[in-house]
Amino acid sequence: MRSPTRRPFSREQRLTIVQGMLVFVLVMVVLQLWLLTATMNAWLGGDDAMVWPAAAASAACLALNAGLFRYLVRIERAGRVRE
Amino acid sequence: MADTIRNPSGSGPIDPAINTPGREGLTGTAPADLYGPVFDREQVTIAPDFRPLDAQPAWRQDFPIDWPQDVYVERRDFMKFMVLTSATFALGQLWIALQNWYRQRRGQLPMQRVAAIGDVAVGGALSFTYPGEHDRCLLVRLTDREFVAFGQKCTHLSCAVIPRPEENSFYCPCHEGRFDLRTGVPTAGPPQRPLTRVLLDVRGQDIYAVGIEERTA
Repeated sequence: MRSPTRRPFSREQRLTIVQGMLVFVLVMVVLQLWLLTATMNAWLGGDDAMVWPAAAASAACLALNAGLFRYLVRIERAGRVRE
Repeated sequence: MADTIRNPSGSGPIDPAINTPGREGLTGTAPADLYGPVFDREQVTIAPDFRPLDAQPAWRQDFPIDWPQDVYVERRDFMKFMVLTSATFALGQLWIALQNWYRQRRGQLPMQRVAAIGDVAVGGALSFTYPGEHDRCLLVRLTDREFVAFGQKCTHLSCAVIPRPEENSFYCPCHEGRFDLRTGVPTAGPPQRPLTRVLLDVRGQDIYAVGIEERTA
């Protein structure tokens, strides 16, 4: 059961969290870049089989990244309320 | 309430916090100002070289910013930028998908007369547009009855290629790219994909373009 009085993360903890998130986000962005170039190359060559799956994968990466950023904003807001 | 406890010796208030298990013997012996103020951890700033503020250069002493907070904000902003980059890539992917949908919706390309057989000499080339008015193509006559046609756009950076039948190639002057005259396959330079092939149909004395073929290899 969740404790009703959870302590917000300290600044050091938030820094560790944001660094962990950054690593994940960077990997996702590199994956998206690869997807974009591979899809563009295939599509210009007339191969359209991977266009929609690649778009879905890229959108999923964006959703993950945006979700992480939203979480970061939330914990930061909780810390600000504490201060 | 605890601050109101007076020291019997009259030297000042007694620190009530010192009255903890194991330290009872000290109770009432230490003045309240024995300890310095306790700061919250987030109020303590540390310079990037970890030396105290007094040991910092003058320019850093003049602007004693909250360095740990600065590091945190900079990581957070970088993450924000990366999320925006991620959104841009996803939009690019969506753009390709929409273009693909548009291309499929276009359906079969129309048949278009390009030229009469007699308009092009053997080893000669003729420029035309197909399927759109901005899609420039090249018709090349290889032999008496053998014709090939390709899009003129180089597959590297879209410069216009030039036919060089004497070298049996199309030449791209921008980056020294070369394509085989018969197949459109890249033979030299930076292009990786073949030229777009225009499908031809020879009917009687006329040559018609009937479609295009994009290729990866």
